[in-house]
Amino acid sequence: MNIFGFAQQFFDAPGRWSGADGIPTRLLEHVQYSALALLIALVIALPVGLVTGHTGRGGNALAVLATAARALPSFGLLVLLTILMGLGLTPVMVPLVALAVPPILVTTYEAMRGVDPSLVDAARGMGLPWWRVLGQVELPVALPLILSGIRSGAIQIVSTATIAAYVSFGGLGRYIVDGLSQVDYAKVVGGAVLVAALALATLGFFWLLGRVLVSPGVRRSR
Amino acid sequence: MSHGGFFEVPSDLQNTWWGLVSWQLQLTLVPVLCGLVIALPIALLCRRFGWIYPPVLGVATVFYAVPSLALFVFLIDWFGESDLTVEIPLTLYTLVVLVPAIVDGMRSVSAETRAAAEAMGFGTLRRYVQVELPIAVPAVFAGLRVATVSSVSLVSVGMLIGNEGALGNLLSDALNYHRPLLAWDAVISIAVIGVLLDALLVLARRLLTPWARKATAK
Repeated sequence: MNIFGFAQQFFDAPGRWSGADGIPTRLLEHVQYSALALLIALVIALPVGLVTGHTGRGGNALAVLATAARALPSFGLLVLLTILMGLGLTPVMVPLVALAVPPILVTTYEAMRGVDPSLVDAARGMGLPWWRVLGQVELPVALPLILSGIRSGAIQIVSTATIAAYVSFGGLGRYIVDGLSQVDYAKVVGGAVLVAALALATLGFFWLLGRVLVSPGVRRSR
Repeated sequence: MSHGGFFEVPSDLQNTWWGLVSWQLQLTLVPVLCGLVIALPIALLCRRFGWIYPPVLGVATVFYAVPSLALFVFLIDWFGESDLTVEIPLTLYTLVVLVPAIVDGMRSVSAETRAAAEAMGFGTLRRYVQVELPIAVPAVFAGLRVATVSSVSLVSVGMLIGNEGALGNLLSDALNYHRPLLAWDAVISIAVIGVLLDALLVLARRLLTPWARKATAK
């Protein structure tokens, strides 16, 4: 049987669409972990990126921090924290947040740096205080790039939230981890298809978000 | 047998610490090198025929969205639980980072430089290879650094598909035998390898672009 056969077998299985191990429940769990991790990452990375980008200081420190965070293996971190702290939400959240902070931080910094200085000058010349320069001039212009950073962070979180199942959590990774240990290949393939689909849906969500949030003038000039 | 040495690997893994490290390096570097070899011609094509760049970028973004574990699992069907099953998805991820890095780097070459190359009688291909590519070296290396460091840490997920995760294999033993030291070992070793490879790439970039150093020294 090929992949498609396995996938079909998975989706056709009885009880697949309801109950505690049904697809809707697992999907909701996966979205919840991912959204929480992204929210924490945003709260950490966005203000730091905006302020350092606005002032233009600390770029090198950010680059070093980003490399260090990228070098940390998410899966290893998950297992290590689980052993040290026991089963819980923190060991799952820390690696996911660490995964999303570097892309959000670095892209936000770069996006703010890339704003045309003459625009900022003009805004200052009009007597705008720094927070309005940041919020009403730099942020809207830098938004498309900032969103792309958040998008790549979000996609990495969604893909990686799969590993939460390895330490007894739910989510779509449940199917992959259980399938592997039960040697139920259809289950593994079905889980993989669902995670990939959710990641692509995330891509679509951010595309829509860009259409809604980015000012039409900025979109046209790009 | 004593429990506890940092470099002591449980016997069920049938490997030494150095063995795991070199396996980790192989699973990381093979994909990065393959990715570079494949990305260069693709980037040159994107440069020559500008219209194929947006669709290539689109396909790459979609590939990047597919989780590594999912890709590993799909490939078990063809390659079993082998090194190739880990290396092929990592190569794909590398491409996603490298192709845009090379194309954007080559695009950043100034019009004057391009015109000068043309005036010297350089053909299109020669101009790409001898003028634009060297100038794009810093951008290419920025891409290589991201690709390499992410690959190092992704390799450990291979543990889930039948102990194909090099140093990541220590993690299952850490959980099963409740030995935190093994998990520390995996995390620290992988992070150190990532940082060292990153430093090597920075060094290589400096050696390859001596003109950049002269420019900053002025």
